[in-house]
Amino acid sequence: MRYIDEYRDGRLAKDIARQIATLADPARCYHFMEFCGGHTHAISRYGLEDLLPQNMQMIHGPGCPVCVLPIGRIDAAIALAMRPEITICTYGDLMRVPGSNGSSLLKARTAGADIRMVYSTLDALRIAEAEPDREVVFFAIGFETTTPPTALALRIAIAKELRNFSIFCNHVLTPAAIQNILESPDVRKLGTVKIDGFIGPAHVSTVIGTEPYEFFAEEFQKPVVVAGFEPLDVIQAILMLVRQVNDGRHEVENQYIRAVTTFGNEKAQTEIANFFELCESFEWRGLGEVPYGAVRLRPQYAEYDAEKRFSMVTPAVKDNPACECGAILRGVKKPADCKLFGTVCTPDTPMGSCMVSYEGACAAHWTYGRFREHAKASERGRAVA
Amino acid sequence: MNVMVKANRRKLDLKSGRVDLSHGAGGRAMGQLIEGIFHKAFDNEWLRAGNDQSAFMVPGGRMVMTTDGYVVSPLFFPGGNIGSLAVHGTINDIAMAGAVPLYLSASFIIEEGFPLADLDRIAETMGAASREAGMPIITGDTKVVERGKADGVFISTAGVGMVPAGLDLRSDATRPGDVVIVSGSIGDHGVAVMSKRENLEFDTDIVSDSAALHGLVAAMVEATGASIRLMRDPTRGGLAATLNEIANASKVGFRIDEEAIPINPEVAAACELLGLDPLNVANEGKLAAVVAPEAADALLAAMRAHPLGREAALIGHVVADDNCFVQMATSFGGGRIVDWLSGEQLPRIC
Ligand code: SF4
Repeated sequence: MRYIDEYRDGRLAKDIARQIATLADPARCYHFMEFCGGHTHAISRYGLEDLLPQNMQMIHGPGCPVCVLPIGRIDAAIALAMRPEITICTYGDLMRVPGSNGSSLLKARTAGADIRMVYSTLDALRIAEAEPDREVVFFAIGFETTTPPTALALRIAIAKELRNFSIFCNHVLTPAAIQNILESPDVRKLGTVKIDGFIGPAHVSTVIGTEPYEFFAEEFQKPVVVAGFEPLDVIQAILMLVRQVNDGRHEVENQYIRAVTTFGNEKAQTEIANFFELCESFEWRGLGEVPYGAVRLRPQYAEYDAEKRFSMVTPAVKDNPACECGAILRGVKKPADCKLFGTVCTPDTPMGSCMVSYEGACAAHWTYGRFREHAKASERGRAVA
Repeated sequence: MNVMVKANRRKLDLKSGRVDLSHGAGGRAMGQLIEGIFHKAFDNEWLRAGNDQSAFMVPGGRMVMTTDGYVVSPLFFPGGNIGSLAVHGTINDIAMAGAVPLYLSASFIIEEGFPLADLDRIAETMGAASREAGMPIITGDTKVVERGKADGVFISTAGVGMVPAGLDLRSDATRPGDVVIVSGSIGDHGVAVMSKRENLEFDTDIVSDSAALHGLVAAMVEATGASIRLMRDPTRGGLAATLNEIANASKVGFRIDEEAIPINPEVAAACELLGLDPLNVANEGKLAAVVAPEAADALLAAMRAHPLGREAALIGHVVADDNCFVQMATSFGGGRIVDWLSGEQLPRIC
């Protein structure tokens, strides 16, 4: 398990940072959006922003499936979990996500709901098999990466004729969200910062390939570099973006050649297509309704679709009106610009989607980066004195 | 009557016997359990006296006392079990005051149905750990609860120790300029335990670092004495929580250097896989010490001469900071905060 060492080489990173500094044109500004929370996390955790020149800014996009799950979907899951015959299986990081009125799956569990933390869809299947008297619902969430395992679970459930297993589907789609950031009506309302290029998530592209981004690169004339989640991957991707911007190119490049190909994993894509279809519209917390922003089970599998099987209702729950998530996700504002940041909204008491998961922009800034504001403030203090 | 006598004489079936409610009911069965498992494992003059408490002499001076509960899951993990953990943890709480550990108590809450063989193994390890540390378990208690009301075994311990004359370690004693030293690689215990959790089993050679640190502490105190400002064992919450606690208690900040922090590569890889930060992961045989800068070299030398401090490293220093931030220079040359963990550490999905 020593595989990570080579992607953590600090000297190499400093070397790449020097190249970036040399190439960066001092006469212009560079704004790059890393779409995925995994990248945001790497950037904050390794302090990569400190390595970039002043005129280069990273914008932390919406890409964390936990963050973007609307409160109403959590409420719906909690309501379902409170039914005595139901067992909800889900991934650990969903457990703490707040629903409305301070509820969460973790709290519902202490109130008696049967909610179990699993590490894979197959664990949920095992529970359904072992406890035929329970209705086992797998709370499925994630991007394109976690959709194939959900499809696989369905395939197995059908083959084994498991009648007590169903899926609460919350699988969202990356390209749709990027498009939304660039051209949704909110862009006019909130204003927008210029985005000069995107870092695309490698794990998503191991499934979908790099090809789905070709459209953006073309349509919006934005370079996209698909990159891994190690800090070296990210900084190398930034270098690749700087080169493209300087050259006036807008291409899809692949930094993560160790696992990503142009067309991705076609078997996984077919598996997804077999069981899922596009939702015309799906609410992303912080972004609002995203056209074609998610998938749902095909009608022929309604029996396995928890929403239909248990007539689940997803209440419409509004975020705190003071929350600036929408603007933050689009790069118009920074976490510290939000009045709630660090006062009422912290990782222990998250108010908005950006604070909900570790990978959200506000959570990452709070956990790893908030000393920078204080450093700036004391510098200003010294200057005034 | 005869049958009862026979039953009472019959030895505990340590191979396939199980704890039942009678083992906690205060009658013969309980006596048999205590004799056959705990007294056998912890054997010493105080227990042999058979009282509900133990009287002992104390040398004059300052005394410390601590108590702790152990509820680890799984009960057995690479490098130890709940029993050794309970002994080491309590010894270390005493040792972090610079004190010499003297006596331990152990109280067991056992779930009905628990295999006697496992209880015996746990007790044996505890007995061995306490003997090795020279800190006998001199009193205890046993309760049995119905199936489902406990997770196998819970152990709670208390310990007392004596502080050497002239030593007074306090959590608010650190000041800017002091340095921070850790005794060795961090995160080993948490990863070893997680590697054996149900559903999470993964292949790793990591064993828990669970160990009694009083010997190391004695060597440190001998080498530098009052130059040591304070010591902490970074258990739950890991090194991150410990440094934040000290920073807040002393109203200072820390600047630490990621590259200087010893982390086993396997621990780093496992943490990466699980989406955890090794700085938040528990340790059971490591300590962090804040020390006056002029004593750092002598302290490091003394620590490295001890088997439990061989990898001791200076990882950073104390700075003046009203925000009490623990800041870290990353291996990449950037900076970041090292914060407490919010809530429980839960693995991420992607
Ligand atoms: S600090 Fe909290 S409330 Fe403000 S934008 Fe971030 S998540 Fe929303």
